[in-house]
Amino acid sequence: MSAVRVSGLSLRSPVLVAAGCGGRELHAWSPLDALGAVVTRTVTLDARPGARWPRVVESPAGLLHATGRPNPGLEGFLAGELPELVRLGARVVVSVAGVAALPGQSDGLVPLARRLGALPGVAALELDLATPEAAHQGLLSAEEPHAVALAVGAVVRELPPGVPLWAKLPGRPGVVAAARAAAEAGAGAVVVGGAVPAALPDGRPCGLSGPAIGGVTRRWVREVCDALPALDVVASGGVAGVDDVRALRALGAVAVQVGSVALHDPAAPGRIAAELAVRPSPSPDSRGGAA
Amino acid sequence: MSVHVTAEVLMTKRIGAHQHLTLVAPGVGELVRPGSFLAASIGRPGEATAHLARRPLWIHKVQPMAGYGATVQVVVEPVGPGTRWLAGLAVGDRLDVTGPLGRPFALPREPVATLLVGEAHGVAALQLLAERLHERGCPVSLLLGAPDEARLLPDLELRRTARSVVVVTADGSVGQRGDVADLVGETLRRSEAQVVYAAAGLPALHAVARAAEEHGAWSQTAVAMPLPCATGLCQGCPLPVVAEDGVQRTVRGCVEGPVVRGDRVRWDDLRAQAAAVPGPVGSAGRAGTRP
Ligand SMILES: Cc1cc2nc3c(=O)[nH]c(=O)nc-3n(C[C@H](O)[C@H](O)[C@H](O)COP(=O)(O)O)c2cc1C
Ligand code: FES
Repeated sequence: MSAVRVSGLSLRSPVLVAAGCGGRELHAWSPLDALGAVVTRTVTLDARPGARWPRVVESPAGLLHATGRPNPGLEGFLAGELPELVRLGARVVVSVAGVAALPGQSDGLVPLARRLGALPGVAALELDLATPEAAHQGLLSAEEPHAVALAVGAVVRELPPGVPLWAKLPGRPGVVAAARAAAEAGAGAVVVGGAVPAALPDGRPCGLSGPAIGGVTRRWVREVCDALPALDVVASGGVAGVDDVRALRALGAVAVQVGSVALHDPAAPGRIAAELAVRPSPSPDSRGGAA
Repeated sequence: MSVHVTAEVLMTKRIGAHQHLTLVAPGVGELVRPGSFLAASIGRPGEATAHLARRPLWIHKVQPMAGYGATVQVVVEPVGPGTRWLAGLAVGDRLDVTGPLGRPFALPREPVATLLVGEAHGVAALQLLAERLHERGCPVSLLLGAPDEARLLPDLELRRTARSVVVVTADGSVGQRGDVADLVGETLRRSEAQVVYAAAGLPALHAVARAAEEHGAWSQTAVAMPLPCATGLCQGCPLPVVAEDGVQRTVRGCVEGPVVRGDRVRWDDLRAQAAAVPGPVGSAGRAGTRP
């Protein structure tokens, strides 16, 4: 068995699907009830139409993406996606984001947390603070530790006990301070990594994901795990196969998210989870791994 | 229903500008419906690949072959790294495919007259449809176009089902000189079709939808656009439509499409977004992503 505990939750497997890279469609090729959890696409309080074309562009061993976080808003999500995921047996972590707001205006996070935290089908919330094009897309971004703590604290206050908040923080210099601030503000876990800031061929800000960024994720996961050994760290970025998962776990990550590779091979998350269950630790010949 | 499997190349043949591949892809052929496509992964199964985006290909034919079950045929125009890799595969080579995918053509309940419009390798999407319509007693007229003779698919089998055939090439190398969009109105009038089915570039599809509207016919348009994941997960395939409730929505081209009612598509918006993408997306009948 390969069950793990993350932020007090017991998950069937350390292999999760990353935000925006899985949904009910994935179940046909990677049964959702065999994965640790499915992180939903990022939901905002109000519906968002998403960015213009092209949104996802191939790049060597990676994907450039600026989707603009299209989503049906809280109500649409509760009416459609959430019940579907629950019905398929998924452990659901809802990714949420605030919108950039002027002082005195609401970024939408408090009502999101209140509603979602009260639903039995929601295992945890993941607060997306790692979107490289957040500012460009009118989304709340928090880089400085005190801004991270404010955003995390505001959401945590609305969640009942037993529904943890994960803070998704960009892998970059300063991530250790941000992770410490998130933990002190009540985050049950941090998701370290996410897409690397990049630009689309037309110059618009976007994120780069996929195997191309695996080494970047390892770097920041290692720094956070070394500095904050008591904190649950979930790694996100560049996982291509089970050896990458083993390598990230060897660095201290309790769980690992699979993103782009599920877009390339929808059977990959299920296969990786199954392979990991058979042999959880790196074999001697793959140490230092993820070749 | 669709499966993700490792397929094997059973035959490969160059005809004009296209490579015709016959694949043993267990489980795919049995599930195919007219207008279905499959998504190919670029790179050897099980090995790291630089190309993460899927390459969608219309399923041209399904043929039971002794010992192999239902084989599927696809048509590849080698114009980019992915399609060149596919075209270069030899008999016995393996590749991962997911399929059949997408919303297929809706067939009429009554034996009404139909017009099938195909451009370049979009014609591949019409073969199974023509057979199915023929079986149902629906008279079939064909309007087939391509830039030149080399990119006109062989249409002998299609002609067997058809009452009339009009062929048009941009350079006049076969049939009339001109393009599909110019001839749709007149062909539709002469065919007295009540349903027009089309798989072509956006200008031609737009012309089909318009002509159908003018003649009081229904249109079913197969929209070719880049599909980074092709499985409904990435939101990279925005298709602007007017939903049944009259509200403007953006749906996923890979799941809610590729076949949509022509009167539901916001063609001007779709053509404007396609124009922002360099390359052949807006012009050829490609169900492809970055080729
Ligand atoms: C098409 C696409 C959409 C994404 N959407 C979201 C999202 O809605 N929210 C989010 O927090 N991350 C999103 N991400 C980032 C992923 O969750 C993940 O952190 C990142 O892609 C790195 O992991 P990977 O290399 O395994 O893809 C998206 C990534 C891709 C490729
Ligand atoms: S191509 Fe990814 S959702 Fe349609």
